[in-house]
Amino acid sequence: MGITKLFRAAMIALRVNLMRSALTMLGIIIGVAAVIIMVAIGAGAQQQVDAQIEGLGGNIFILSGSSRRMGGVTTGAGSVQSLQQEHADYLQTQLPDIEAAAPMLSNSAQVIYGNLNWSTTVEGMDNHYLTARNWVIANGRELSPQESNAGGKVAIIGATISKELFGESDPLGQTIRVNNFNVNVIGTLKSKGQDSRGRDQDDVILMPIKTVRTRLAGVSNSNPTRVQSIYLKIYDGADMQALETDIADLMRTRMKVAPTAEDPFMLRNLSEMVATRAETTRIFNSLLAAVASVSLVVGGIGIMNIMLVSVTERTREIGLRMAVGATPSHILLQFLVEAVVLCGLGGAIGMLLALVVVVVLDQFVGTPAVMQPTIALISIGFSALIGVFFGYYPALKASKLQPIDALRYE
Amino acid sequence: MSQPNVIETRQIRKAYSMGDNVIWALKGVDVSIKAGEFVAVMGTSGSGKSTFMNMIGCLDTPSDGKILLNGEDVSHLDAAALAHIRNRYIGFVFQQFNLLPRTSALDNVALPLLYSEVPEREWQPRAKASLEQVGLGERLHNQPSQLSGGQQQRVAIARALVNNPLLILADEPTGALDTRTSFEIMALFQQLNDAGKTIVLVTHEPEIAAVAKRKLMFRDGELVEDYLNGHH
Repeated sequence: MGITKLFRAAMIALRVNLMRSALTMLGIIIGVAAVIIMVAIGAGAQQQVDAQIEGLGGNIFILSGSSRRMGGVTTGAGSVQSLQQEHADYLQTQLPDIEAAAPMLSNSAQVIYGNLNWSTTVEGMDNHYLTARNWVIANGRELSPQESNAGGKVAIIGATISKELFGESDPLGQTIRVNNFNVNVIGTLKSKGQDSRGRDQDDVILMPIKTVRTRLAGVSNSNPTRVQSIYLKIYDGADMQALETDIADLMRTRMKVAPTAEDPFMLRNLSEMVATRAETTRIFNSLLAAVASVSLVVGGIGIMNIMLVSVTERTREIGLRMAVGATPSHILLQFLVEAVVLCGLGGAIGMLLALVVVVVLDQFVGTPAVMQPTIALISIGFSALIGVFFGYYPALKASKLQPIDALRYE
Repeated sequence: MSQPNVIETRQIRKAYSMGDNVIWALKGVDVSIKAGEFVAVMGTSGSGKSTFMNMIGCLDTPSDGKILLNGEDVSHLDAAALAHIRNRYIGFVFQQFNLLPRTSALDNVALPLLYSEVPEREWQPRAKASLEQVGLGERLHNQPSQLSGGQQQRVAIARALVNNPLLILADEPTGALDTRTSFEIMALFQQLNDAGKTIVLVTHEPEIAAVAKRKLMFRDGELVEDYLNGHH
C-alpha cells in the first residue's frame, strides 16, 4: 500500500469524523501558534535590543560628573559639573584604545521655525561626538573646525525635529530660533529610533559645545570649560574591564583626588548595560518558548487521547479491515498516518494563525514581533513528530487486535 | 482430481483456555469442500460452527491439525500472511453487514482492493461491476445510512465478490433481516453459486440452510452430520 493511498485513507477517516478531528487539531493549532508567536515576540524584542547595541555603535563608556549629597539628599548623576573640556583630550592622548573621546553639554531649549515650535534637548558637542554616539549625517555636513572652536551658530537636527518643524520641506540652510538666538541648520541626522529606555533619540539638536555653553547653559567664571559628560568610544577587542580601572585612575590623578576620597565622577559602561538587557531578553525568550512548548505537548496528549478513543470506537472497523486483508502493519500505519496528518495539518493551520497574529501585533498593536521561518518549519516538523510519538501507542494497540475479537466487539 | 479442494481440513482441533480450564471448541474435524459447492454450516450456539468458520476463513489458526486452502497449508501462518490469504482467496459477509459509515457504497466495496495488488485505476470499475452484479448499479454513491438493510447486505456481498475470491464465507447473513429480504439475499447467493462461486454459509435457521446444496451439522465441537440436500 503506497504512501499516497495511506494519506488519502487517513484524510477520508478524518473527514468522516470532522468535528472530532477539528477539535483534536485545535490543541495542536494552539500549541504551534503559541510557540511561533512567543518566539516571534522574543525575536522582536531581541531585534530591538540588537538595534540598540547597533545604535550605541560599539563599546561605550560615559564619564559624567558625580552626584552630590546635600543633607542626605543625593541629586542625580552629573549634578556636580566637575568634568572639563580638557579631560576628553587628556584621556584620548593617554589611552590608545579610545577611538573617540567626546565631551557633551546639554540643555533644554525651545526651538521655533515660522509659526511652529518644539521643546527639545540641545546637545553641545564636537565632531568626535558623532563618532562616539554613532550618529550618521543624513543630509548636509558636520561642524567645520572654525564653527567648533568659535562657537558658530549652526545646528545639526535630529529626524524628529526635522519632521516637527519642517514637515516634508528641506531644513538645510534654514534658520531656526533656539530660545533667543538664531542658528543655521547645516545638517540632519539619520534616524536612530528609540533607545533602551524607550526615549526618542531623534528628538535632539546638535550644536558646537561652545555655543551651548555660552548661549544656553550660561558660563560661570569659576567653571568656564565645564562639560556635562564625556562619551568614550573604545575600539573593538579592547579589554573593557581593564580600561574602566585605567580611566578611573587617570581621572583621579588628573583631578588630584585624595586617595581616601570618593570619585568625583561616574563612569558607566553603556555596552555592559545593554548586554545585560540582551541577556535578560534571551532568558525571557527561552522561558516564553518553554511555556509555549508545554501547550504543544498538551496538544499531543490530546491527540493520544482521541486516537485511543478512536481505536476503541472503530474496533469493528479494524476487524473488518483485517478480515478483508489488512495486515497488522497496515492498521498500525493507518492510525499512525491519521495522527500525523492531524498534527501536521494542525501545525500548518497553527502556523498560519501565528502569521496573522504576528503581523497584527507588529503592524497594529505595536509589539515588535518577527516571524522566523526556521522556527515555523521546526514547529510543524515537531508537531508531526508529536503525532508519531503520541499516535504510536494507540496505533500499536489497534494493530494487535485479533480479527475475530475485533469483529465480535460490541 | 486435477483441481485441489477449495477447503480441506484434517483433524483440526481448537482449544480455548478459560482460566484453568481448557475448552475444546473443535475436537478433530475433517471436511472437504470442492469448487462450486454451496454449503450450510449449522449447529446451536457453542457447537463449534463459528470456530470452524473462523478456521476456514483464515481468521484464526487451529491448535492442532491441518487446513489446506486450495491445496496450500495455512495452519501455521502468521497474522500478516493470513491477512494476505484472506485478501486474495476469501470474501466475507457478516450478520451486521460491517460497512464503513459515511462512506459510499462504491468505496465500501473497493475496500479489500486497498490491501491488494490490484492497480488503483481498476478499483472503481471493479467495485462498480460488483455492485451491478448484486443489483445495486443505481446506488453506487449512496452511504449505508441511505440504504435499507437488504441493500446494505447486498453492498457487503458486492464487497465479498470484488477480489474475485475462491470462497465466500457468510456468517448468519440473514440474521439481521426480515423474512422476505432474507429470501431475496438467499436467492442472490443461489444465483452466485449458479455462476460458479463456492459459498459456505453459517446459519441456525433450517429454512435458510435448505437453500444450500450441502449441510454440515456441528454439535459439541464435532461434525455430526454431513449430507447433500435432497439426498437425506
